[in-house]
Parts: sequence; C-alpha cells; structure tokens
Amino acid sequence: MDLQTLSLIAVGITFAIYIAIAILSRAGSTEEFYVAGGGIHPVANGMATAADWMSAASFISMAGLIAFLGYTGGAYLMGWTGGYVLMALLLAPYLRKFGKFTVPEFIGDRFYSTTARGVAVICLLMISLTYVIGQMRGVGIAFSNILNLPITLGLLVGMVIVAIYAVMGGMKGITYTQIAQYVIMIFAYTVPAIFIALQLTGNVFPQIGLGSTLAGQDTYLLVALDNIMQDLGFGTYTDRPGMGTYNMFLLTLSLMIGTAGLPHVIVRFFTVPKIADARKSAGYTLIFIALLYTVAPAVAAMAIYNMTTTIQTGPVGSPDGNLSFDEKPAWMERWEATGLLQFEDKNGDGRIQYYNDQNPEMVAQAEEFGWAGNELTRFDRDIMVLANPEIAQLPNWVAALVAAGGIAAALSTAAGLLLAISSSVSHDLLKGIFMPNISPKAELLAARVSMLVAIMIAGYLGLNPPGFAAQVVALAFGLAASSLFPALMMGIFSKRINKEGAIAGMLVGLITTMIYIFLYKGWFFIPGTAPLSEPDGWILGINPSGFGVIGAILNFATAYVVSGMTKPTPAEIQDLVENVRIPRAQA
Amino acid sequence: MNAQSKDVGEYWSRNIGIIVPCLVVWAIVSLGAGILFAPLLNAVNLGGYPLGFWFAQQGAIYTFIVLIFYYSWRMNKLDREFDVDEG
Repeated sequence: MDLQTLSLIAVGITFAIYIAIAILSRAGSTEEFYVAGGGIHPVANGMATAADWMSAASFISMAGLIAFLGYTGGAYLMGWTGGYVLMALLLAPYLRKFGKFTVPEFIGDRFYSTTARGVAVICLLMISLTYVIGQMRGVGIAFSNILNLPITLGLLVGMVIVAIYAVMGGMKGITYTQIAQYVIMIFAYTVPAIFIALQLTGNVFPQIGLGSTLAGQDTYLLVALDNIMQDLGFGTYTDRPGMGTYNMFLLTLSLMIGTAGLPHVIVRFFTVPKIADARKSAGYTLIFIALLYTVAPAVAAMAIYNMTTTIQTGPVGSPDGNLSFDEKPAWMERWEATGLLQFEDKNGDGRIQYYNDQNPEMVAQAEEFGWAGNELTRFDRDIMVLANPEIAQLPNWVAALVAAGGIAAALSTAAGLLLAISSSVSHDLLKGIFMPNISPKAELLAARVSMLVAIMIAGYLGLNPPGFAAQVVALAFGLAASSLFPALMMGIFSKRINKEGAIAGMLVGLITTMIYIFLYKGWFFIPGTAPLSEPDGWILGINPSGFGVIGAILNFATAYVVSGMTKPTPAEIQDLVENVRIPRAQA
Repeated sequence: MNAQSKDVGEYWSRNIGIIVPCLVVWAIVSLGAGILFAPLLNAVNLGGYPLGFWFAQQGAIYTFIVLIFYYSWRMNKLDREFDVDEG
C-alpha cells in the first residue's frame, strides 16, 4: 500500500479511538468538566499532562531546532523540563490543596479582589490564545505535509474531532483522550529514533547511542559530527556558541519559569485526588516528557549527521566528495516536492554543496574549491523528524505512524489550551465576575458554548495566522513567566503580599515583557514598526526570548514595594494562606 | 492553640528546608553544569559525550526527575510526622 493510503488509515484509526473515548467519558457536572471530578490517578494524570504539554512544536520542530543550534539547543531541553521542578515544589501541591477549578480563581481569592482575578484572566487568555493558534496551524501542516491534503480540510477535520471530545467530556474527556494520544505520540517518535540509533551506532537506546561510537568504527558519533560541522564552517556541534552563555542562561531560566506558570498545565494538578498525588504526579509527568525529550537530542544529532554525510560523501573540498544531483536518494526527491527541502546547483558542477556561506573564512575556502554558495537552499527544521522513517529506510507504516503522532501532539495540546480558555470564560468571567448567581447547570452549558466558540476562533486564526505566528511562543512563555508564576508563588510563600502589590506586580511584569518584545518584533507584531534592531539594539544584550525572567524579577520587586506601602493582608486571608500550606489540619 | 500554631510554623520551616536544597541542586545541574561550567566540564568525557554537553542535553533532565520524586518522598514523610497527611 502506498504511504498516503497507509497514513490516512493510521490517522483514521486514531480519530475513531478519540471519538470512542469521548462517548465513554462525557462530563455530567461542572466539576467533571473543569477538573475531571478530581479523580484521576497520578500516573494517568502524568501521562495526560505530558501529552497536553508536548505540542506540535515539541514533536515536529524541536529536534530540528536542536540540530541547528547544537549544544545551545540544550536551553530548550532544560528550560521546558526544569519548569516542572518549579511547578512541583512551589505551586502544584498548594494549588491542589486550595481545591478550586482555575488558576485565576486562586489569584482572585488569595488577593481578595475581582480585579486581580480579572488581570489573571487577561494573562491566561493572552498566553493560551497565542499558544493555541500554533497548535491549530500544526494540525493543518501535519495534514498537508504528510497526507498531501489541503491545510483547510485538515484543520476543519481537526476542529470537529477536538470539538466532539472536548465539548462533550471537558477535562474528563480530554484527559482520557490525551492518554491515548500520548501512547501514539511516543511510539511514533521513538520507533524511528531507535532504528536510526541502531543503524548509526549499533545501540538500541538513542540516549546511549548519541554518546557511542559509530557502528564498526572507533570514532565517537559526536566527534565525527563535530569534525564535519567544523570543516563545513558551522563550528563544532558540542560547544557551538550559538547564542552566547549569557543569553542561553536567561533563555533557559525564562523557559523554566514560563513553563511553571502556564495555566493549562498547572490546572492538571487540580485533577488528582490528593496532595500527595499532586507531588508525585509532577514526577510522572516529567518521566513521560523525558521519554521524548531525551530522545530528541539524539534524533537531532543523528539526523543532521545523516543529512550532512549523505551530501558530503567524501573529504571536504575534494572534486568528487559531494553527492551528485543524479544520485539523490528518493526521500530527498519526495521532500523537495513539499518545499521543505530545496536544492540549487549554483556552480553548475552537478554536485550538491552544503556549507556555511555566512562564515567569511569558509567562503574564502569554498571559492578555492570552486563552490559558489550553499546549494541546500531550503532546509526546513521539521524535516529532521518528518523524514526520519525514510532516512532510516523503515517500512511505510512507520511514516504513517509519524503522521498520526504529529496530529496527536497538536490535538492534545490544543484541547488542553481550549479547556483553560473556556473554563476561564465560564468560571472566572461569567460565574466569578459577571453572573455570580448562575446555576451549575447553566454554567456547564456556558462552559460548553465557550469551548465551541474558542475552537472556532482558534481554527479561524489557524487558517489565517497573523504574521507573527512564529514569534508568539516567546511571547506566551514570557508572559507566563512575568505575570502568573510570580503572583502564584508569592500568594503561597508570602503572607505580606496584598491585593495592591499583586495587581501592580502582575501588570508591571506583563507590560514590561510585552513592550520589550514589541521593541524588537514591532508594535503588536506589525512589521516595520520595531524601533530597535536585533541583535545590536538589545538592551544590556538581552534577547527578547529570554526577557521573561527579567519581567518576573520586576513583578516580584514591584509586589514587595507596593505591599510594603499599602494596608497589610487581612487576617482571614492570612488564615487562607496557612490553610493552603498544610495538607490537613491537625485533629 | 499555641502549641498547634507552633507546630504549623515548624512544619512550614521544615517544608522550606526540603525545598531549598532541591532548588539548589536544580540550579547547579542546569544553569551551572549545563551552561556556566559547561566549557570546563567539556574537558571531561562521559563515553562519547563531553560532560557539559551531556548535562545540557541529558543529565539535567534525569536529575530533575529524581529531584521531584525525592521531594515528594520527603514531603509525604513530613506530613505523616506532623499528622497532617490526608490519610
């Protein structure tokens, strides 16, 4: 059977599974809709949270990102996992003890203010909406690149599927679907990785293979990779100073704090029965995430090594050291058709040269070789994962699985985000602020309607992505780090922080981070309106992607200063903090 | 009542006493070994991995998992000691 038919069957089967789960796990109450009735086993919750967390970007793009960054790609690996330590130690158990439905609800109660709750809702909506656009786009791209179907059709099918299980089942339906999606995703990611590790290093585990010698040779994979990357002018892979120590430090820390402050992830720890479960569940979540995140750097290094050595077949600079255009493997031809790979024979020698033509030294050397520029003119990072099964010459059903896995990754994250958005609208805005007397039944209906509306908005924006789609991830993490995380942490760890302090802190963190990103990316991301240029205009040399930690520090500082100047926290709120800190009052 | 609120204070300071060392290790393996000291550590090899590179792309993640389970185990023990566990 051909690849397209097989992929369609694989995707079809997974969709049937999701719908079956949806029918079995309908939500009957607001508690089931918002937090799955608080009855999810910590291991099951860990698996669902891992699927929720790992987006289309983690599945399809992260390995490619690391492959091009080399060592400094570790910023993403450490940042996106290290955040779970912060969440487990500083937030999850206490918020579980608080025992309500949403993140803004805690902020509103702890800071005894609907204004604080409203500010938290604004932060949540900005973070989750920017994030969900990318997921809907991911569904469409997975359909078009792998299944050769129009993006619009893929997106519409994806919207209908999410609508069925998220609207019917709320958190309950989403959680059980995400468990299935996790299994599909991890299988689709690791199977090709294992085969590539076996072929390249003779090792079953990609994590060990990355540190092993090449099969049948004494040279370590990473040494061979360092050498060829150095020879082609890219700099060594294992210590490539891609972003500089200072900005790698800031970016890692910002991603960690931002991860810990993402409301759609935090809310997952409201779904387990006990506080002890919330603590453990964060650990299980990280194990399930690490299964993919420790394989990703191996996929990255092995894919870029395979790609480079496929093109650079002999010594750099020797006349027949490069792949000739007539001998291109079939998978290269196939991915050329999608536009993710493009070649151009600039010097007309019938062979492909891939090297760093931005590096002056390399350019000088290349001229001596008779090279006229890098001929791999488009090398999309997503290819590292998408073409993996074909590079490893695996049967077509593995490639079909990757299609289903990519779509599972995008759908599971989209569903989690949509739930965070709709709970915030129905529970925080409607019940909490505008219609406090709404009946539970009407609230459940409102939650379902707002879910449906959120899906339509996300789908529309996925189809017509604002020009800034690629940059919003930095914004989402920056905002989560600078607004919600500090407010939540101070709410638990300091009784002194009062209403005024928390609101001022959140606003200062939110606004400074947005302004800093706009300064370089354009006001509201409108092209051509950026007053400062990158990277020479960076204030104190700070990359906008790494600004979240600065925003968080400003938030903490503002909250302390303002709280010190205004009325102290009322006694009953101090009691609430005491209560949140202790799992159960003593008998 | 006095005895109880003293217990509450004691429980909280023991809790902080568990969190802080965990966060110190968290920072050392990632921001320290993975970034600041990575160039130094790269002189040492772990199999085919330069050590700093290994921390940045593998080791820090493994340590994070151990940290969360260690924290969870210590906290659950503390809850039982102060009789504040959920049973």
